[in-house]
Amino acid sequence: MPVVMDADRIGRTLTRIAHEIVERNKGTDDIALVGVRTRGVPIARRLARTLREITGQEIPTGSLDITLYRDDLMRHAVGPQPLVRKTDIQFSIDNRKILLVDDVLYTGRTTRAALDALIDYGRPKAIQLIVLVDRGHRELPIKADYVGKNLPTSPEESVQVRLTETDGEDEVVLETGGAA
Amino acid sequence: MNTASQEVDQKQAVTALRRKDLLGIAELSPEEIELILDTAEAMKEVGTRPIKKVPALRGKTVINLFFEPSTRTRTSFEIAEKRLSADTLNIAIGTSSVVKGETLADTALNLEAMSPDMIVLRHASSGACHLLSRICRSAIINAGDGMHEHPTQALLDAFTIRERKKRLARLKVAIVGDLLHSRVLRSNIHLLTKLGADVWVCGPPTLIPTDIRRFGVNATSVVEDAVRDADVIMLLRIQLERMEGAYFPSLREYFRVFGMTEARIRLAKSDVMIMHPGPMNRGVEIASEVADGPYSVILDQVANGVAVRMAVLYLLAGGAEHEEAA
Repeated sequence: MPVVMDADRIGRTLTRIAHEIVERNKGTDDIALVGVRTRGVPIARRLARTLREITGQEIPTGSLDITLYRDDLMRHAVGPQPLVRKTDIQFSIDNRKILLVDDVLYTGRTTRAALDALIDYGRPKAIQLIVLVDRGHRELPIKADYVGKNLPTSPEESVQVRLTETDGEDEVVLETGGAA
Repeated sequence: MNTASQEVDQKQAVTALRRKDLLGIAELSPEEIELILDTAEAMKEVGTRPIKKVPALRGKTVINLFFEPSTRTRTSFEIAEKRLSADTLNIAIGTSSVVKGETLADTALNLEAMSPDMIVLRHASSGACHLLSRICRSAIINAGDGMHEHPTQALLDAFTIRERKKRLARLKVAIVGDLLHSRVLRSNIHLLTKLGADVWVCGPPTLIPTDIRRFGVNATSVVEDAVRDADVIMLLRIQLERMEGAYFPSLREYFRVFGMTEARIRLAKSDVMIMHPGPMNRGVEIASEVADGPYSVILDQVANGVAVRMAVLYLLAGGAEHEEAA
């Protein structure tokens, strides 16, 4: 299983994205980061840290659990429900530019659910999407604004993002089909 | 999306309720109880949003079938259902004695013909929910059956304790009141002992079930012994409607011997929590200044009831997992 991004590469990529955020938004006024659980959350926190180093500003950061908005809930005849975890957004998203952060962009369905969830919290000025890996195969008209790495994949493969905070190490691995 | 499901697969911990119904706490494992309480934490956050509604149960129909009067529980279930976007309807049947046995089964089968997904049942007969669970395809949630169980009340009590104390294990919990007629007591004893609390029950000897110690609790009629160094004091309602027998001389005497007063709660730990499942009889089982005092979490219990019921509804909506378990 080939490692497509190692710890150094992930670190450099997030630093580059942080600079792109500052450039594109002409600073970080009115900006907030919202990480999609699970691995979007540590990525959002790292970006907030880097942005503080660059601009000296503290960026409000929250976490979003999209389980209750999934489009595959209740579609299966019977089956256990996926685990719900807590959403934690301690600031108003009204009139803010929300940077939505996820680890992998694939079908776009998680992002669709995240957009619906966010809108229930208020009316942001804009929502921009940040992903560490875009692996293609979109099933919805969704596109990322900041991409760490474009990774062409086949649907049989799976992309595993591992982060120190959740998995003890930083790396992105491409697993070939057949693996569970 | 694929990462989320993979993560669930990795954990061997209980991440789903693999059952059709919630009939009582007795049949739940400690892990299943923890899952419901953890899920309720996420659900509680939904109630703090500007838009207090999530689409999780869109298109599901829930019938609240209440054969006994109830304000708190029925309202709480209805709000929980609406916050999850389920379609709800309420059927309240008065406390007439005709609703028994066959009649209950017939009512349920007629409702089933309209394809609801879940039935929340409150009934005066112990075991009414078990009967429905055998004959209905819908998920059955017990909202109180006779003197048997009231599982969502025990879950919301545990949630409220855990929110304050961060754990249940090794806490001394004193439960004082009508032990004989209380389904809240039975559900709470099952839950608290499963999660490792030290449970003391207290009431007049005539209201202590003879085999109560079999459930791993301490029983006493000396209220001071029960509340001494307690972390939690839970009061049970003196069920005036079930007091046709002479269980104790008078309500005034009950208050004098067992009523929770400020003097008595001073025997407990300094951060004791005072709980009551409602409706309260002020001046019988609890003094007004205790009910409204700084240690009381009675209204927190009501607020948490919605979150806990959302968790139960959500988790049961997946249904039982049949033989396909991995």
